Amino acid sequence: MRKLITQPGFDNQTQGVAGKSHKHESAQRQVGGLARYVDDIPEAANIHHGAVGVSPVASGVITSMDLEAVKASEGVIDVITVDDIPGHKDIGPVFSGDPLLADSKIFYHSQPVFAVLATSSTLARKAALKATIEITPDEACLSVAQAKEASDFVRPPHFMRHGDFQQSYNNSPVKISGELFIGGQEHMYLEGQISMAIPEEEDRVTVHTSSQHPSEVQKLIAEVLDIKLHKVVVDMRRMGGGFGGKETQAAQWACLASLLATRNNVAVKIRLPRMLDMAATGKRHPFENRFSVGVDEQGLLQATHIEINGNCGHSPDLSDAIVDRAMFHADNGYYLADCYIEGHRCRTNQVSHTAYRGFGGPQGMIMGEAIMDAIARKVGKDPLTIRKLNLYQKDSRNTTQYGMPVEHNLLDDLIQRLENSSDYWARRDQIRLFNENSPIIKKGLALTPIKFGISFTAKHLNQAGALLHIYTDGSIQISHGGTEMGQGLHTKIGQIVANEFGLPLSHIEVTSTRTDKVPNTSPTAASSGTDLNGKAAQNACIAIKERLAAFLAEQVDGDPQFVKFTEQAVTLNEHKMTFVELIQQAYMNRISLSASGFYKTPKIHYDRETGKGRPFFYFAYGASCSEVSIDTLTGEYKVNRVDILHDVGKSINPAIDIGQIEGGFIQGMGWLTSEELLWDDSGKLISNNPATYKIPAIGDTPEIFNVDLYPRANDEESIYHSKAVGEPPFMLANSVWCALKDAISSITDYRTDPILDTPATPEKVYKAIEQAQAWKDNSYES
Amino acid sequence: MVSFLLNTQMNHIQEEKADLTLLEYLRENKKLTGTKEGCASGDCGACTVVVAEISKATDHSLQYKAINSCVTFLSALHGKQLITVEHLSDGNNLHPVQQSMVEEHGSQCGFCTPGFIMSMFALYHQNSEIDREAVINGLSGNLCRCTGYRPIIDAALNVCGNKIEDKFSRVEAQTITTLKSIGRTSVDTDNLIIPTSREALSQAIQSHPTAKMFAGSTDLALQVTQQLQTFDKLISISLVPELTTIDTLEQGLLIGAALPFNEIEPELLKHFPDLSELLWRFAATPIRNQATLGGNVANASPIGDMPPVLLALNAVIHIDNGHTQRTVAAHEFFLGYRQTVLHQDEWVAAIFIPYLQPNQSIRAYKISKRYEDDISAVCAVFNIALEDKKVISLSAGFGGVAAIPAIVEELNTSLLGKDWSSSLTFEIGKDILFKAFTPLDDVRATKEYRVTMLANLWKRFWLESNHQANTIATRVVHVPHSTGVTSHA
Repeated sequence: MRKLITQPGFDNQTQGVAGKSHKHESAQRQVGGLARYVDDIPEAANIHHGAVGVSPVASGVITSMDLEAVKASEGVIDVITVDDIPGHKDIGPVFSGDPLLADSKIFYHSQPVFAVLATSSTLARKAALKATIEITPDEACLSVAQAKEASDFVRPPHFMRHGDFQQSYNNSPVKISGELFIGGQEHMYLEGQISMAIPEEEDRVTVHTSSQHPSEVQKLIAEVLDIKLHKVVVDMRRMGGGFGGKETQAAQWACLASLLATRNNVAVKIRLPRMLDMAATGKRHPFENRFSVGVDEQGLLQATHIEINGNCGHSPDLSDAIVDRAMFHADNGYYLADCYIEGHRCRTNQVSHTAYRGFGGPQGMIMGEAIMDAIARKVGKDPLTIRKLNLYQKDSRNTTQYGMPVEHNLLDDLIQRLENSSDYWARRDQIRLFNENSPIIKKGLALTPIKFGISFTAKHLNQAGALLHIYTDGSIQISHGGTEMGQGLHTKIGQIVANEFGLPLSHIEVTSTRTDKVPNTSPTAASSGTDLNGKAAQNACIAIKERLAAFLAEQVDGDPQFVKFTEQAVTLNEHKMTFVELIQQAYMNRISLSASGFYKTPKIHYDRETGKGRPFFYFAYGASCSEVSIDTLTGEYKVNRVDILHDVGKSINPAIDIGQIEGGFIQGMGWLTSEELLWDDSGKLISNNPATYKIPAIGDTPEIFNVDLYPRANDEESIYHSKAVGEPPFMLANSVWCALKDAISSITDYRTDPILDTPATPEKVYKAIEQAQAWKDNSYES
Repeated sequence: MVSFLLNTQMNHIQEEKADLTLLEYLRENKKLTGTKEGCASGDCGACTVVVAEISKATDHSLQYKAINSCVTFLSALHGKQLITVEHLSDGNNLHPVQQSMVEEHGSQCGFCTPGFIMSMFALYHQNSEIDREAVINGLSGNLCRCTGYRPIIDAALNVCGNKIEDKFSRVEAQTITTLKSIGRTSVDTDNLIIPTSREALSQAIQSHPTAKMFAGSTDLALQVTQQLQTFDKLISISLVPELTTIDTLEQGLLIGAALPFNEIEPELLKHFPDLSELLWRFAATPIRNQATLGGNVANASPIGDMPPVLLALNAVIHIDNGHTQRTVAAHEFFLGYRQTVLHQDEWVAAIFIPYLQPNQSIRAYKISKRYEDDISAVCAVFNIALEDKKVISLSAGFGGVAAIPAIVEELNTSLLGKDWSSSLTFEIGKDILFKAFTPLDDVRATKEYRVTMLANLWKRFWLESNHQANTIATRVVHVPHSTGVTSHA
């Protein structure tokens, strides 16, 4: 169930195909099984297949390695270790620490130690099991607590301060503290990690990879092979899901495939089997966070201290920025008043945890919600009342913990609308009544907002390029730096280009992402795909339009600024010709029909020394209201109804945006409920396949699922005043977690705030129910 | 020789590895890459294909079943039509289910999409009315990580609510004729034997004592795809007539061991409607289309969901070696972790389940992190007979709490004659269950939770089977087709 709000008045500039719910550009091919993923690309006749041998322990030193049996195994062509790497042995994306193959030391369970090339993937995998590796194990560090005890961090801590926390805390009449263990998350992209490398002339190589960051893959391959970047072409048509899991994690397999390909002069494919993919690639960081807050009698925050501890795994990878983003978002939509936020990057002997939709944001924002629930139960008010009370205000109480004023804040109005459309207060009464009369099943309700900062916090990444060609039949090819992982980026880029030229979408072909078309690109991450690449594509369009307008104006002796591109025609005053005619005339008159476009995000800056700045171009807002039922005998639960109102600015494609909202919400719900990562005492991941790691299935989608777009254009000059939508809706799922807590809290007549670590599996919910029942029993006795 | 239609093309496979999966065959041998590998373990559905076979009931219509090609061996296709996603469209026209997915924006990254399309195609060809529950059941074996499923559910509801004749229906008679020409004859090649009589099966086992027997292959195939084992010789029991019939006897149901769940489910539900929740939560549709009751029993996995049912219902396992047959009570069948009373030359032929008496009622409960397609942390099945509110028999089966599917004899002996409505009776049972098992911690649950759940499921059973309590809501999910006293919040 869902409705589309009619987009309010797209101006003339966007009267074309932008703003409409066009189908995903690959939809026809996807439903026909004709959309090609890397594993579907026709293979070279001499293709071979790679596999890796991995460490059976989480920490230690390799004392000897006997690979004779591997080499002798059926079909084996080549076996390589770290010593066979001609160039860089470390593929850390920002900081070093990620060996391509283990270099004597083992940092995590299932770390690749060697690679095998064989005539088939099965033979390569079988061979990889035949190594004899002696490892002297060290004691593995497997928790945040252990890492903090040992002061073992992958990066230095970071701090943000606003006002004098300690003084305000001391002066606050009500003080509350708490802690929360927040589980990580497996990406579970349906298409696993895969790369195919094709050796070209001499030392050149072409690589097809399922990666969100082709430019980084190109750079790392060049470094590993010890060649210049211009010898490497990376081509990426589409991913079968990414979610952050293919931002840095795709490079290792692309580098190994390239190395094996160039050494043996054969095409090489490496595709990870699912269990290895889950064991050997990074996940969303688990966090262990604490808070202490001081509030007044009404529940208004006076002072806030939040300690953020990310379990980063064995190396920095992107953890510096991920823990930063958790810190930037610990306020969610609330003014923390005088506050002190500290962020620690803990080193453990786990696979290096990495980017995942929200990028630390969710693990920060949940703290804001945890604090609101805690205040509400303490002062005895409805959590929604406390949430509204603590929202950022317009004139005061409107500066974030990092000194950025919150402008154009939509949350007041957005929450009010959702409060009405979801009928929050009437349902609140009904649920109280239901719970009073239902001893076993309890219902819970929660309405939570989100505010998510849009921009890479690493400033230099906020740039993008595009390359546009118009051919003499008027058809257009656009290449840009963004990658398509299902989010509909290519569809939106196509719409933008079609819109700029006044053409139907069928005239635009968005090509695969190639490092030889657009160089030095940023990863498709941080929800930035359309914001950055859409603007770059638009700028490429504008460059050609200016040339064409000047040409036409010269022909008819008019003013180029009045040239219009609409409905497949170009007009200047009374002069009109079809777009194709103009293109053909322009070609005959030697006007260049190819242009590049470039874009960099304005206004943003952040000083890490002072912890102050404006790291975000703008914020995306939203709110969700979830109702759940829990079974107090078992801890099982069901999400009965969800209402969402979300801000995407002026939508370029409402259907695609709603797809991101619904999909993000369900993925967030999985993170908070059924998706439980578990490692055994030796550091081995035991939830290592889809039989033991449970992402939401079709029955988990709430039967009542109302999703609306908030009707307001972005106040900033983003592409067509739209807003980024990839990550923000993920955190809308916080309302499910809060609703579960609300249902549990009903056991104590809403007088306690349940401790409910995430993911809130039935077992964890049951544990919180037991605690609530014990509290109730005690309070009756006393 | 295994013979089948690949879409419309007849294939005769003479020499091929017996453990070749359908997925590998399609992608590697046939270069039909529309079918995807997501997990190679039957858990994600990206590899879903549809198998059409002549309906056993009517003989003149086709049944379309979605299966996981990654855990199916090629031999399963013998005498059937394999339909892949590339074959659905009619010239340039998408199949209605494909068109509906496009219309509803049901694909994002698209990697799961061919699998969903195939499950939806099978749903499209079901005769029954397709409501939301049917859609969720039919697509329960397909995971999507992008969409959140809402547009997929809408696509399925829309298209199944407006069915038109598709190209498959148009040529159905012709397809049936072709399939009949293959027949379902026995196969005996160097690496694969498909006998068509119990004598031949016995002979095959004697000649090849190390060859593995299989039916649905949903478990055996995992040893190939996950553990990289190879099987040089396999014996499929799927075409032995005695193993593939279901008999409605006077005293109970006799269910052939090699029948897939989807074929026995209607009959089971007719006689035991209160198994509906457990059957709904037993694996997912593509697995239920392959997996067999015999396999679930003979595997003796402590986390199989049917053994607790069979224990609680006092089922009897019929064992055969081609010469002599014997029967063993379900509770005597399991000896230890994955060990049974079966001798090397024997197989499970059928399972007899006695009907319930009017004074009997049953409940089958399962706890897992996810409702669809998950393995039980705890499975508990209770079967009680009452006379004048007094307990005259009580049997129960439990999964996930011991090395074998287990019973608790003391529950019966201690509660006989007790007043079932008395909370004292409930307390006695609870104390017994608290002490009955010492389960393990694993990825699904801690031992403490498992022990507590035994007691709490016992409480749920006590509440639901006591008439005084029948106004109390005890469930958060709607339990399909349930009888009696359960009410749902």
